[in-house]
Amino acid sequence: MKINKENNVYTVLYAAVLVVVVGFVLALVYQAMRPAQLENIANDTKKQILAAALIHPSGDETVGALYEEHITDSYCVDSKGEKIAGVDAMEVSMAAEVKKPADERRLPVFVCQTDKGVKYIVPVAGAGLWGPIWGYIAMDSNGRNIYGAYFGHQGETPGLGAEIEKPAFSNQFDGKPIFGANGEFESVLVVKKGQEPTDRAYVNAVSGGTITSQGVQKMLADSLEPYTTFFKNLEKE
Amino acid sequence: MGNIRKRIEPLINPLSNDNPVIVQILGICSALAVTAKLQPAVVMTISVVAVLALSNVIISLIRNTIPTSIRIIVQLVVVAALVVIVDQVLKAWNYEVSKQLSVFIGLIITNCIIMGRLEAFALNNTPFNSFLDGIGNGLGYGIILVIVAFFRELLGSGTLWGFQVIPQALYDLGYQNNGMMILPPMALITVACIIWFHNRKAK
Repeated sequence: MKINKENNVYTVLYAAVLVVVVGFVLALVYQAMRPAQLENIANDTKKQILAAALIHPSGDETVGALYEEHITDSYCVDSKGEKIAGVDAMEVSMAAEVKKPADERRLPVFVCQTDKGVKYIVPVAGAGLWGPIWGYIAMDSNGRNIYGAYFGHQGETPGLGAEIEKPAFSNQFDGKPIFGANGEFESVLVVKKGQEPTDRAYVNAVSGGTITSQGVQKMLADSLEPYTTFFKNLEKE
Repeated sequence: MGNIRKRIEPLINPLSNDNPVIVQILGICSALAVTAKLQPAVVMTISVVAVLALSNVIISLIRNTIPTSIRIIVQLVVVAALVVIVDQVLKAWNYEVSKQLSVFIGLIITNCIIMGRLEAFALNNTPFNSFLDGIGNGLGYGIILVIVAFFRELLGSGTLWGFQVIPQALYDLGYQNNGMMILPPMALITVACIIWFHNRKAK
């Protein structure tokens, strides 16, 4: 029997069957790949958190084991520095939190045991030139100085804005104070090479990545400020 | 001998004489986007070869049943499904690279080479020939990607596959990476240079 391929019924049936078959195959692939993907995403987040505390997996160490070993506690605080019960720090998306007013934010804290003492790692999130940028900042146990930093981005220009994820940029933050001499929150400035503000902590911007660099500066100021009370309490302890 | 040569023509032709990028001028968009570094360019090549070969075979297999009035839609559905599968597999197996390629894997759907080959070749040829054609065109695309990425990474970042190849001594003498190479315009100019050399050779 010769099928009439231009028949409307045939065309509609063909499309319907095709879509069902393709939908079934995609659902199957998604189901099969999902566990591995979730694990990759979780491991990637853990790797970034550890990178802020200058811990990098070497050789056959797995990120998961390293995370278990170093991150001893994680919780969320509010802008008054008090712990919020029943919120998993891993589940909180900083990108969503920074859109809220400071006093409504849930602020994740990861407590990290390093060979240089206890560090408190907090996430930061903001916008670069082309898309979101984010990072993790490890604070010394005095709540005053940055111990280490990690930055990530979704689609900044390779070689320019994307350089913020390189250690050459993030290592500049090590040891920078985020509070001024009189105890006010001042964050860290990201300035063009050559400029040297005398009264504030600063790092050099990525050359050719001006807007991304400004994004980092704004991200740090916006994301870290609500932690002020929490950091001050650390100093008192 | 001549017989074999004729049989593998769909595989050989697109590598040079009928190269999709520099002769048919297809797929230029992604040639600009993923060629700042060598590694993403190679992964992109593998992904495109996989999607192109498989979609060519599938469309060729069902070519006699596809209603003419919705053939473009059928092609799109097949290509989109394959691209989603490649994306999912990459995310599960090589998360680092899938992060680097991010949106570009999804954009394989809009790669003109794929729709072009389906429409021009797979609809009228046997599955085996379509398979060869898919591999050939994918590799033809890949060769250009790798050549462009080689020059852009070498001159733009001083590295190849992420390893430093330009010695520090040269930087000490005042050599600088050319930041312009990283930006899309230089990809276009590099592609243009390749087309120029290729045309001169062909004459």
